[in-house]
Amino acid sequence: MIAFDYTRPASASEAIAIAAKQAHAKYLGGGTNLIDLMRETIEEPTALVDVSTLSNTIDVRDDRILIGAGVKNTAVAAHRAIRERYPMLARAILAGASAQIRNMASVGGNILQRTRCTYFYDDAAHCNKRWPGTGCDARDGFNRNHAILGASPACVATHPSDMCVALAALDATVHLRGVDGDRTMKLIDLHRLPGGRPDIETELRQGELITAVELPSLPSAARSTYRKVRDRSSYAFALVSVAAALDVDDAGHIRDVRLALGGIAHKPWRAFAAEAALRGTPATQPNFRDAAEIELKDAAGLRDNTFKIELAKRTIVATLSELNGRDRS
Amino acid sequence: MSIIQKAMQTVIRLMPDAASDPMIGADREIGKSLSRIDGPLKVTGQARFAAEVPLERLTYATLVHSTIARGRIATIDVAEAEAAPGVVLVMTYKNAPRMPPPLQMMVDAKGAAASSLPVMQDATIHWNGEPVAVVVAETQEQADYAATLVHVTYDVEQAATSFDHLKHKARTPASILGEPANITVGKAEAALGKAKFSIDQRYRTPHQNHAAIELHAATVLWEGNKLTVHDTTQMVNLTRSTLAAVFRIPEDNVHVLSPFVGGGFGNKGLWSHQILAAAAARLIDRPVRIVLSRAGVFRITGGRTLTEQRVALGADDDGPLTALIHTGFAGMTEHNDCPEQFTFPARHLYAAKSFLIDQKVIDLDMVANTFMRAPSESIGTFALESAIDELAEAMNVDPIALRRRIEPEKDPTSGLAFSSRNIVEAYRRGAERFGWDRRNAVPRSQRDGDWLIGYGVATATYPYYRMPGGAARIRLGVDGRAIVQMASHEMGMGTATTQAMHAAERLGLPVGNVTFEYGDTDLPPGTIAGGSSQTASIIAAVTAAADVLAADLIKLAGNDSPLAGLKPADVAMRDGGLCERDNPQKSESYVSILQRAGRDEISAEAAASMPLETQKYSMHSYGAQFCELRVNEVTGETRVTRWLGSFDTGRIVNPKTAASQFRGGIIMGLGLALMEDTVFDERTGRIMNPSLAEYHVPVHLDVPDIDVIWTDVSDPHSPMGVHGIGEIGITGVGAAVANAVYNATGKRIRDLPITLDKLM
Ligand SMILES: Cc1cc2nc3c(=O)[nH]c(=O)nc-3n(C[C@H](O)[C@H](O)[C@H](O)COP(=O)(O)OP(=O)(O)OC[C@H]3O[C@@H](n4cnc5c(N)ncnc54)[C@H](O)[C@@H]3O)c2cc1C
Repeated sequence: MIAFDYTRPASASEAIAIAAKQAHAKYLGGGTNLIDLMRETIEEPTALVDVSTLSNTIDVRDDRILIGAGVKNTAVAAHRAIRERYPMLARAILAGASAQIRNMASVGGNILQRTRCTYFYDDAAHCNKRWPGTGCDARDGFNRNHAILGASPACVATHPSDMCVALAALDATVHLRGVDGDRTMKLIDLHRLPGGRPDIETELRQGELITAVELPSLPSAARSTYRKVRDRSSYAFALVSVAAALDVDDAGHIRDVRLALGGIAHKPWRAFAAEAALRGTPATQPNFRDAAEIELKDAAGLRDNTFKIELAKRTIVATLSELNGRDRS
Repeated sequence: MSIIQKAMQTVIRLMPDAASDPMIGADREIGKSLSRIDGPLKVTGQARFAAEVPLERLTYATLVHSTIARGRIATIDVAEAEAAPGVVLVMTYKNAPRMPPPLQMMVDAKGAAASSLPVMQDATIHWNGEPVAVVVAETQEQADYAATLVHVTYDVEQAATSFDHLKHKARTPASILGEPANITVGKAEAALGKAKFSIDQRYRTPHQNHAAIELHAATVLWEGNKLTVHDTTQMVNLTRSTLAAVFRIPEDNVHVLSPFVGGGFGNKGLWSHQILAAAAARLIDRPVRIVLSRAGVFRITGGRTLTEQRVALGADDDGPLTALIHTGFAGMTEHNDCPEQFTFPARHLYAAKSFLIDQKVIDLDMVANTFMRAPSESIGTFALESAIDELAEAMNVDPIALRRRIEPEKDPTSGLAFSSRNIVEAYRRGAERFGWDRRNAVPRSQRDGDWLIGYGVATATYPYYRMPGGAARIRLGVDGRAIVQMASHEMGMGTATTQAMHAAERLGLPVGNVTFEYGDTDLPPGTIAGGSSQTASIIAAVTAAADVLAADLIKLAGNDSPLAGLKPADVAMRDGGLCERDNPQKSESYVSILQRAGRDEISAEAAASMPLETQKYSMHSYGAQFCELRVNEVTGETRVTRWLGSFDTGRIVNPKTAASQFRGGIIMGLGLALMEDTVFDERTGRIMNPSLAEYHVPVHLDVPDIDVIWTDVSDPHSPMGVHGIGEIGITGVGAAVANAVYNATGKRIRDLPITLDKLM
């Protein structure tokens, strides 16, 4: 490991100031991803600015919930208001990693965790994300865990977070602070598709700090869930995951629906097309299937992951059907 | 086999049986559930593993691995690494000491190395991941960092990495672990063609890796020409002899200690890291510790290799199979000898009128594959027992009934009598306890919402082995306590506990008065902890030593003892002393004998008898694996919900540790069936998931309640009636899962692992 400075500032503004003075500073949350990446020499920061003790509260209001970026994943999933108002978020977090990792992992770090593409991790492989311009060994290699939507010739990696899939479905907003002041951004706008520059993963500016995540009021989310399909029962990244909320009126028509997919793209994938197709239509399995087809119309499989296209469709239908069934009973 | 070996074998087979062990059936200590004697040490962190031995002036080593599969190092630039903080040495082929290739396991009687390749002697690269440099520094972190500063360029050559493309170059190995690679009885292909019922299928199994919790590690110290290695190994003695040969010093100059092994499964042998650490320690004249990273374990130690197997079975309405064909290919290298004995189960399990058995290997440029728990009985039974299920379905008979029908009276290929075989009974008891009669043979007939429910069954089997060459020493003290010594191994199986139990039973002492010492080449030589052979091998040596001890004690007792005049054959060791076998009142305690003789202790050592029983009899362990699982019809996810293993493995010494061994094997089998898959990129020959985050083994949630039962019938021809049980648990599991998946879904998956995409 390369030698680095370590500081633990007392405030967000101080953290930003310290980071601004360093060429290669990194904010440190729980370290469950960053430290691994440093060991693999993928990240080589010269300074770690520990923000894990900042922004540590969950502020519950009637019209929103503000989760500090330093709050641990476990604490978010265990919070009563979150479990009641946004069950999909609690379930998404609990479907991720292990209890030990969730106890360490912060909300900010979870959002900015990097892909698990094994070629990205291997210093002998070609990877445009790690060494721009060297090529992508995953495209024609082992790509079972890779993207079926929004990929580019340069990169087929996925964003691995479960929590972010729920945040995408819930219209969450991310609060940022930088040298130029504060701003907010929709979570779904924060991560980028790979395009020609897969090494640039987010719209964050140099040195910008995530201070909080805001969940808007969304009554329909009280009936929501998260379904994660993976290669073993626990402690595995999603092959496909679905975060969904469904609000059906007395006549059986869909009043509101929120749908996002994980494990299939370079960013948490909000299924806007499927949502639009579903709104106002009867909540039936054929309609769920049609909406899934619309959302995955442009999906493209690689050598090992073509099954994910059908798996994503089926999981969407199964998840919406489950919510619909629960709604009725 | 040579003519002489063949002649020897014939003579042995004609010899009368050795008398059965008179202690078979003794149950004062044996058969009781005893918790691990070393358990408290382990859970309190006091057990000291190889990577934890403190030494003065210790240095730390990190390996740099090749990133190509075949070719030559063109340039290797170590200047930057040498200049890094704390670096003591950077060793490459240019400055490594000259060392002959290590002695190879199974090829050389004294060999421990999985591969016969010379270690870091020239610029040639043989596999992707081969060590090209060792960086030694004052701290592990410094060594790890400096290792990233070694810059290597290569002249790349075309590597042999594609199993499928190289099938036409497959070769027949000289033998499969000493057994013929090919067996032909009758005309199996013709019989298959004429059979009323037949199936003919191909099965594939992937590369897999051992995933012991403890990483490979060695702490190495030279004192002059004497080498001490604190290792984590299943073979202390062979490690000693091989290191002695590599460093050209007498065996007595090498001391190997391995008191605790945090899981081995066949993989904790001699790989290049111990040799490299010792070579580096020699160059710098300081002790060196090497601990492989998890990726390092995948890169420099091999696992189970990939196979493609054909099983074809023919049957008529009645009687034995008319044809049993089991052939196939396994990936191997030119520098090892581990051809994966996947046809072994087919040689002994079923009665058939004709056999065609044939194994070939395909040479690949990869790290030497090695023995991984039930090396190929695991994946061989996947193919064979899936095929039996397919045949039963074609014949419309219950698969257990079919197996009963084709149960042989003697070994079907060797013609030898079985020493002990109660597989039909294991099936009967297992089926009853599991509720096999509730199975509906029609696929897709049971469901719970989206979940399809299936039952599957398969035979487990593993050979009985006992290794020659071991010896034990018993030191009996005037305090009435005994120390039993043999350089054997405790990898978590419970060896120290079961051997204390056995020695206590044999010596007539309470188990609390017996200590079993092992894992140290200063002790009498042990045999390898492999092939599930250790329990029987140690018992045989301790038995021999106990006989010598009894004889010596009679002599020592002399004419003033109540035992005066008795011959060794007349006495038994009982109640803390010797007594006349037929008249136990006539006795004297050990303490009294030693006190009268004015001795603090008496010590006896003897070598184990030769394992001739394996030449005379077909000796195997058996079991029936029962699986209940659910497959999600929407997503293809498989969840195993219930398991029963019903075993027939000779006498069980300690039910508690035995149950753990069976369960551990079954859990590993669930990994084999459902998820384990070492991803080998054929473009580069590189393993792409060298991490336990990406190489999946079962997590707790994947493991259901596992019920295990056993017949507990002693084998009259083995020491104490026991068989080893470390490996049988994993056998049959893959097929039981695959057969249950078929019962649930109507889909036959013949290609492991059974991942959800194959079931969607
Ligand atoms: C074996 C394993 C399995 C896992 N399985 C899953 C899984 O199934 N599902 C899943 O979703 N995740 C999984 N994870 C990933 C885990 O969720 C992340 O590692 C974790 O959420 C990262 O949080 P952290 O606080 O530890 O981040 P860190 O490692 O501290 O940081 C990660 C990144 O975020 C940046 N960062 C941290 N905080 C801030 C901030 N406030 N502002 C700006 N930048 C910041 C850091 O600079 C760094 O780039 C797994 C991880 C491991 C190791």
